[in-house]
Amino acid sequence: MSISRRHMLLLLPAAAVAWKHVLAGTPESAPNYTMSQHWWGMLIDVTKCIGCGNCVRGCQAENDVPDGYFRTWVERYHVTDYDIENPHVDSPDGGIKGFPPTKEEGGKNFFVPKLCNECADSPCTQVCPVGATFISPDGVVLIDKKYCLGCRYCVQACPYGCRFINPASNTAEKCTLCYHRITKGLTTACCESCPTGARQLADLKNPNDPIHEFLKSHSVQVLKPYMATHAKVFYNGLDGSVR
Amino acid sequence: MVPCDEQCNNRCDGRYGECFDARRRLVRDMSGVEGFMYPNEVELQWSVLIVLYPFLTGLVAGAFILASLERVFQVQAVKPTYRLALLTALAFLLVAPLPLQLHLGHPERSYEMYLTPHKTSAMAMFGFVYLWYLMAVLVLEIWLDYRHDIVVLSQSTTGWKRFIYRLMTLGSSNISPGALAVDDRVGWTVTLIGIPSAFLLHGYVGFIFGSIKANPWWSSPLMPVVFIFSAMVSGIAAVMLLYMLMTWSRKETIDMRCVDTVASYLFYIFIIDFSLEMLDLIHRIYEADESFRSLDFMVHTKLYMSHIVVQIILGTVTPILLLALTQVLRLGEMARKRIYALAGCLTLIGIFAMRWNVVIGGQLFSKSFLGYTTYKMSLITREGLLVAIVLTVLPLAILWVLVKLLPPWPEKHSGALPDATPAH
Repeated sequence: MSISRRHMLLLLPAAAVAWKHVLAGTPESAPNYTMSQHWWGMLIDVTKCIGCGNCVRGCQAENDVPDGYFRTWVERYHVTDYDIENPHVDSPDGGIKGFPPTKEEGGKNFFVPKLCNECADSPCTQVCPVGATFISPDGVVLIDKKYCLGCRYCVQACPYGCRFINPASNTAEKCTLCYHRITKGLTTACCESCPTGARQLADLKNPNDPIHEFLKSHSVQVLKPYMATHAKVFYNGLDGSVR
Repeated sequence: MVPCDEQCNNRCDGRYGECFDARRRLVRDMSGVEGFMYPNEVELQWSVLIVLYPFLTGLVAGAFILASLERVFQVQAVKPTYRLALLTALAFLLVAPLPLQLHLGHPERSYEMYLTPHKTSAMAMFGFVYLWYLMAVLVLEIWLDYRHDIVVLSQSTTGWKRFIYRLMTLGSSNISPGALAVDDRVGWTVTLIGIPSAFLLHGYVGFIFGSIKANPWWSSPLMPVVFIFSAMVSGIAAVMLLYMLMTWSRKETIDMRCVDTVASYLFYIFIIDFSLEMLDLIHRIYEADESFRSLDFMVHTKLYMSHIVVQIILGTVTPILLLALTQVLRLGEMARKRIYALAGCLTLIGIFAMRWNVVIGGQLFSKSFLGYTTYKMSLITREGLLVAIVLTVLPLAILWVLVKLLPPWPEKHSGALPDATPAH
């Protein structure tokens, strides 16, 4: 059988795609992981965050997040004196390259990492018309990209601004707590890359997880508690000005 | 560092060389973004097509409710608009899902809403409300009402028209007085069911927005009620205008008793609608919760033209005053016609502006209440202005076809409907 040049040109891209799959191999299995034994959340210690942006870079690299969109980002707050209702906030490019020196004088400055709050009563899950967004038995809000309509109702419903529409897939996207990693016993990319330990993955169902001791001995808060979403991202040292 | 300017209120004393008032931040413009927005919020999610969607469904619900006045409440004066109102509702209802389809990231998956609906989702349930209203109410009522005419036309026409009419008879050619009486009774029942269904249809659209607790501009239990009344206002205004326009184009005499009655209904419902909107506004102003300053600022800047000028002054207060004139003064027929035409047009503009302010306005501010973004409408994209214009005109084109196929009134000149009379 002879292959013409035209056929060769047609076959090459298909072969390239096939080869890519061969190289990718079979995803690593997680035979010992039982979803019902976990209830994932995260602890963020605002007092430890230095705004380096490592977490944002780590997340972008791990999850192939498109430019201009963020599964996680860092905000810098500047609050003067008692004026906590009018904080000055910036997050240049989501804090991916860190922050330029502040020109603000007086008051206090601090960084607040943000990500999906993995709400137990998540508004995004509630409004999804086809159930493409769902809460896994281990407490992570996930999206079935092969099912998502791209209606953007979930983006509107998220009180924290954590969702976006991936322009490549035209489906909703958000932080998954690096589900592909945590189900294999690894931590998330952002926690892995945080140099100060400001982010800690927490398994709330694991009695030996240090989160329990931390929650007992510290004053922690969730973002926008009045939204009653039962968020599972806990913040230590969260200032009242944080939105 | 940005110098303080007149936008800065007395909260800023300049001590820190920076003002922390929300208004002050607006001098920083980053390609339409002012102040701080969560990074994923900069891009608006719902475009002008989602503005069209509640506008079109509102016209449907309003037109149907006007039709039901004659059928259920026996308001004989509005009889000339009865069939036109039904056809208008159908024309707009057929187009209403198109903006949603075009807006979806994956329109090819939209059928999943029917196959595997998520029961807690307002949007998923709307699919069924829509289908119920289209198939079980509107199409059924129109068919029952026109069945006599359809049967007559299927026998009197020739060619492709005959084929279409025969299809439309659905094999039922019995137009005996007994059969027509059954049609009438069933039609009456369908209309009776149709009234709450029409309320449900558009109230539900309001609920889709009103149930989003993350967005204070939308989150209000009044939203479905305001949507229902604004729908009635827009639907009645649209049918009134279409009736006047079509009668004029047919060189017939406008039934002023009918138009006067329709206009009076428009006036009274408009007052209720405006009162509800003002109630919502006053409640927000008085309560002044944490979102108020942000929303208030938005209304005074980015939404000033569309909200204050177009929606409230031009599209609500002006038509109410114009309609009030016709109620108070004894005006001549021509003056009344002109006032009704002007008030109707302004009403439709005002209701469209209301939908715009709800949908677009609700996305212009950050959920952090610290910043604002800008809606940049494209022209020729899938969700652009051109598509929006086409989708606005399309129902009128469908209505034209429907009117040709199913004349809402006895045709005198064309002879298309030799002895067509309403079935009831």
